[in-house]
Amino acid sequence: MTERNREASGGALTHLTLRERHLTHGARFAPFAGWEMPLQYEGIVAEHHAVRERVGVFDVSHLARAWVEGPEAAELLRSVTTFDVTTLPEGKAHYSLYCNESGGIEDDVFIYHLPRDRWLVIHNAANAEQDFERLRAVAGEAASERTAGTTMLAVQGPQAIALLSNVLGDGFAALQPRDCAELEWQGTSVLVARTGYTGEDGGECIVGADHAVVLWDALVAGGATPAGLGARDTLRLEAALPLHGNDIDSTTQPYEAGLGFAVSLDDGASFIGREALVEARSRPRTRRLAHLAARARGVPRAGYEVREPGGADVVARLTSGGHSPSLRLGIGMAYLPARLAKPGTLLEVDVRGRALPVEVIRRPFYRKPKDA
Amino acid sequence: MDYEIPDDLLYTPDHEWLRRDDDNTDEVTIGITDFAQEQVGDVVYLELPDDGTALTAGEPFGEIESAKTVAELFAPVSGELIASNEELEEQPELVNESPYDQGWIVRVRISIPAEMDKLLNAAAYRELIPED
Repeated sequence: MTERNREASGGALTHLTLRERHLTHGARFAPFAGWEMPLQYEGIVAEHHAVRERVGVFDVSHLARAWVEGPEAAELLRSVTTFDVTTLPEGKAHYSLYCNESGGIEDDVFIYHLPRDRWLVIHNAANAEQDFERLRAVAGEAASERTAGTTMLAVQGPQAIALLSNVLGDGFAALQPRDCAELEWQGTSVLVARTGYTGEDGGECIVGADHAVVLWDALVAGGATPAGLGARDTLRLEAALPLHGNDIDSTTQPYEAGLGFAVSLDDGASFIGREALVEARSRPRTRRLAHLAARARGVPRAGYEVREPGGADVVARLTSGGHSPSLRLGIGMAYLPARLAKPGTLLEVDVRGRALPVEVIRRPFYRKPKDA
Repeated sequence: MDYEIPDDLLYTPDHEWLRRDDDNTDEVTIGITDFAQEQVGDVVYLELPDDGTALTAGEPFGEIESAKTVAELFAPVSGELIASNEELEEQPELVNESPYDQGWIVRVRISIPAEMDKLLNAAAYRELIPED
């Protein structure tokens, strides 16, 4: 038995503050964007179900945390991101994009508006350096990166809000979805937000490294199952949340990726990529990021070719793919020509020489039960 | 990590195991080891050839899809595939939960009995498992 495509390791990796805690829980580590990250603990599927059915905790300290501060901060951020953050009230967070002049997506980010003109921007680890350069270029010394020295935990699942409210207190319980706040806790300040990347309710916490262990222990003692990057990927894929570097990148635009909600054009404000996006919005899409569900057994994976049934031409390659533990079937995403992107269209994915029938469906693959 | 390595089985360096069903027959059962299932992670699907397919020792004959990766299965011996474990269609996780028993993968009628002599016994296989 030999694994295909084992990710090569090499180079010095940054270790997590909670490394010893992860080892205690049986973590298997993998290199990711320069970090040594927990890939899994007891197993991807068990961790996936723990998040869907109860609550899981992810150490996501690899995500870069950049700050822009001062009275000009909102305007400065507006000039480099697609979403009109000047309309974002204090205490709220919103998804946004960094685009290039062609309208291609250089990264997807979450922007948090905190009191006293302080703005936090969460960058993907793989893009952290160029993202921070982008902020530095417009904000100069008003931009700072404070990833080292803090730990970021994502607590996700139907029991996440109750757990976080128990651990952090009434300050958390009062938050609404996409609210953010700084709470006093155990003599320190914890930055919390009702955000996440799993399709579940939950929150994310940023705390100083000196309080990372006590927060982690409180969450685990309260019932959170440690969950790794493996489960994070299956969860986000089921929720049809794009992963930068896979489903969106510098050659894909927001509208074809279904991310128009993160682009504000009507305020007329100038930002990098605006002209290209104005043009893109006005013309019909030639392709769309479509969502494919397998109609037979098999696992479609990123990079696999998509064809029309019986056809010879490759119409797309999967940008992401995998086995959905919740649905117990193969799922994937691909940029399909517009004529093929309609729900109900039947296609085939080439799984190493075998044609796997798939159907285009409406996103997401998995939606949490309304009453949960 | 302590991996189960039963003494009564034969092994390959690729982490498959082989059990002779009965001393009087040339039929064997094949699966992957405890170490292998731990390495590959949660098994979600197995792609196996039809009954009657000829297998060649050392050549890939099927694939194991796990939550995180896909791994090839190599034939420990040459022969004809006479059955695959139908339980795995609905419960592929049996490969993880019971790698040497309910999680067996295929049965093969061997064609070159001498190939069995090249397989590893439990002690020799144990030497190949990295200390964790």
